[in-house]
Amino acid sequence: MMGIDPVTLIVALIGASTPILLAAIGELVVEKSGVLNLGVEGMMIVGAVSGFIIAINTGSPWLGFAAGAVGGAGLSLIFALLTQYLLSNQVATGLALTLFGLGLSSLMGEAYTGINPPLTPDLFPQALRDIPVAGPILFGHDLVIYLSVLLVAGVWYALRHTRMGLILRAVGESHDAAHALGYKVIRIRICAILFGGACAGLGGAYLSLVRVPSWTEGMTAGAGWIALAIVVFASWKPWRALIGAYLFGGIAALQLRLQAAEINIPVMFLDMSPYLVTIIVLVIISSDRGRAALNAPAALGKVFHASG
Amino acid sequence: MFRLEKRPMPSRVWILATPVIAVILTMIAGGIMFAILGQDPVEAIRIIFLDPLFDERFASFSRPQLLVKAGPLILIAIGLALGFRAGIWNIGAEGQYIIGAICGAAFGLAFYPSENPLIFPGMVLAGLFGGWAWAMIPAVLRTRFRTNEILVSLLLVYVAEAILASAATGFLRNPDGRGFPGSRNLSQHPGTDNLELIAGTGMHWGVVAAFIAVIFSYVLLNRHLMGYQIKLAGQAPRAAKFAGVNPTRLIVLCLGVSGALAGMAGLFEVAGPAGQISIDFNVGYGFTAIIVAFLGRLHPVGILLAGLLMALTYIGGELAQLMLGIPASAIQAFQGMLLFFLLALDVLSNYRVRIGREVAA
Repeated sequence: MMGIDPVTLIVALIGASTPILLAAIGELVVEKSGVLNLGVEGMMIVGAVSGFIIAINTGSPWLGFAAGAVGGAGLSLIFALLTQYLLSNQVATGLALTLFGLGLSSLMGEAYTGINPPLTPDLFPQALRDIPVAGPILFGHDLVIYLSVLLVAGVWYALRHTRMGLILRAVGESHDAAHALGYKVIRIRICAILFGGACAGLGGAYLSLVRVPSWTEGMTAGAGWIALAIVVFASWKPWRALIGAYLFGGIAALQLRLQAAEINIPVMFLDMSPYLVTIIVLVIISSDRGRAALNAPAALGKVFHASG
Repeated sequence: MFRLEKRPMPSRVWILATPVIAVILTMIAGGIMFAILGQDPVEAIRIIFLDPLFDERFASFSRPQLLVKAGPLILIAIGLALGFRAGIWNIGAEGQYIIGAICGAAFGLAFYPSENPLIFPGMVLAGLFGGWAWAMIPAVLRTRFRTNEILVSLLLVYVAEAILASAATGFLRNPDGRGFPGSRNLSQHPGTDNLELIAGTGMHWGVVAAFIAVIFSYVLLNRHLMGYQIKLAGQAPRAAKFAGVNPTRLIVLCLGVSGALAGMAGLFEVAGPAGQISIDFNVGYGFTAIIVAFLGRLHPVGILLAGLLMALTYIGGELAQLMLGIPASAIQAFQGMLLFFLLALDVLSNYRVRIGREVAA
């Protein structure tokens, strides 16, 4: 384990987790409203490519992040229209979104491979970042990372303490009851889906603008699916999603460092480790019968059709 | 205002008509996409859908390719459709395809350079077993621990890809290949080759297996109790429970069959058209097969036709790439669009569209 500095590992971990955290917190809101959108991977990669294109053409990473969010939300709009107005199967439509998103993104990004995006600056001045240990961990990041943590706090607060959150949860628990009370089930769900799409798109843009940073086809490499797994891991609780994402980011960061350090573990096992760990964690969570089912939205994945 | 009224029974007419309309709408939307890319839309659509079959310059090469590409798609989609009907979502067929190919190829290469005629059947069985075993992971996790099979089967695709990379550069690498990645060529070695059975048709053993799978699946779904249980579990899970349908058996069966078929498809591909295990011999058939299953309305005969159509878009896409420089990814987007239109139009089979407000009863 020589050559792996814990502080740089933690910094790397936070960076590696952020795209997944953003996508997961968005999907958490979507699922809380009773909709299962399996298209996270597709929305992330479309966000990644649209953010990258705009950032290259304008020279501004911030416009890039905004474009990523818009791109993800735009793709999720297709899902929203299909599942909410045309009552299509959510599993199948989500899969279609991922397949379409992967194709569309490589089409859009054709001319953008092998370019470096404009640099995203760190938020805090150098003096703060030079504080030993705490400096790099607390102050050594860019705006999006802080935004992702704020977003978790905001979603937690909104779901727990606001009227809006209560209505969203009611729609997710029983759409018929919420409809009978006069809430606009479809409109609320579409808003949630668009929010989820914007979050996934932002996460994708963070991947292409900061993490990698460049555009390559299929660069999300399953990050969207891991975000979906993290929502289950978190039992639909925002802070737990943060823990899950950081746990995953830790493994991804450690794995890359072990590969670089040429430790005597076959690359194959290191490459598959993030996915294997996600599966193992999913198994542990779901085997606990009481806890897994406790917080799952009761109407998750069910089609809503107002008959009266 | 438009209003939807649930039909008591899905409309038979619309079930048959929607795939056709979806294809036409995809051609229109795809034409718009090609126009945005700066191509003549009519010409692009003609090159994709008609030239591979009817143009004298290409047809002799393209027509056999139709069966070569449709074979694995149909084989995988038949298995997936069984599960989709029962509400069991195996979306990791790509992983089962890869593992099946690796197992089958490893079996064949273990006997190298023997040319014994029993090796190829053994490879097929090894491929079948590999795909089955890979699909059993989500099946067992689902039945024992209630873990979501969608996520597990999909995440296992990435695990399978890591194993494939290691196989191509490590344990299955051609010892005489001067260090280049990739296994020995299976298709050029008698005994391990998946031959073209009738010259000029593209028909190989994988295509034969696909046709057999279509027939078996048709019989299973229409003439067998198991098929009835699969349909019942998908359409009325509660009724299935009371009718004594064993959900564990159903999950193991549906995931097992789809995994075995995907694994076999993988083996037929590496021993034939792909020729060897290489890092990227898989081209996403496992994912495209999901579209094929839906386009074919989860019905065996429908899947047969849908597989041929999807194979045509692959071949036409390659041709369009060659003739017009349309990027390969455009075809992937095109295929995704087709699935969107199909799912959107499904509403017409299940609901009646009424105009005007509902009259109070």
